[in-house]
Amino acid sequence: MSRSKNTIRAPLAKVRGLGSAKEGTGHFITQRVSAIGLFILLPWLICSLIMSRVQFGWEHAAVWLNAPWNAVPAALFVIAAFTHMRVGMQVVIEDYIQKSGTRLLLLVLNTFVALAGAVSALFAIFRVFSWV
Amino acid sequence: MADGVSAGKGKGGPEGRPLSPHLQIWRWHATMLTSILHRATGVALYGGALLFSLWLVSIALGPQAYALSSALIGTVIGQIILWAVVFSVSFHILSGLRHLVWDMGAGFNPKLSSLFSNLIIIGAVLLTAGIWFWSISASAPASLLQGMPIQ
Repeated sequence: MSRSKNTIRAPLAKVRGLGSAKEGTGHFITQRVSAIGLFILLPWLICSLIMSRVQFGWEHAAVWLNAPWNAVPAALFVIAAFTHMRVGMQVVIEDYIQKSGTRLLLLVLNTFVALAGAVSALFAIFRVFSWV
Repeated sequence: MADGVSAGKGKGGPEGRPLSPHLQIWRWHATMLTSILHRATGVALYGGALLFSLWLVSIALGPQAYALSSALIGTVIGQIILWAVVFSVSFHILSGLRHLVWDMGAGFNPKLSSLFSNLIIIGAVLLTAGIWFWSISASAPASLLQGMPIQ
């Protein structure tokens, strides 16, 4: 550390190969784009669920999910929601969990849980949709 | 003085810059409450989305599984969770809209931020109440017409 502390530029040797991966804004953009999608899909979902009276039994729910105009937005909602919540939870974990081992474990778990939830939901939607 | 940033002004820190506010001497702000609630509701909705996923699976599994999931939603705990999720959705979507405005660099004026924070909290409560009211008024006529639980 004999170098002057007023140095702004790092020596080339220090930064070569350690530069930006040019993906720094990836999660930021993903979070916002999925949010915009959810602004449309979530009000639709709430209105659609209430209007189709799904609380009155399986037939109402099955008729609702069997219709393509419900199944497709529902699938889009699942993709947007699980993308959004995975990135969101990743930020929370990175902010609050300081032990690197625990953090790594939770980050991997976060990905697995989000994927499991999303794929289960999508498979359920496809299953009901395939009933003619 | 209205904004918390100037709270530590002149009290220390090199070159008189404001110190980072300490957790225990930090006065409660509407913006602080909405910030915390945005995260808390976001984490709650993580669970909510997984429950929604399970609910979709229960439709695919058939009438028996759906009857079970309906019964679980019908319990007191189920209803508390359901309406907590509805409130979380209401809050997170309104607060999220403001976050998108913030992302564009607008709306950072302290007074405006506080005003909108209060409006967001009130709006989320009203939205939850509205959804609740709509859901019971949408379901009441059908059960009255048929005189018994559906099916």
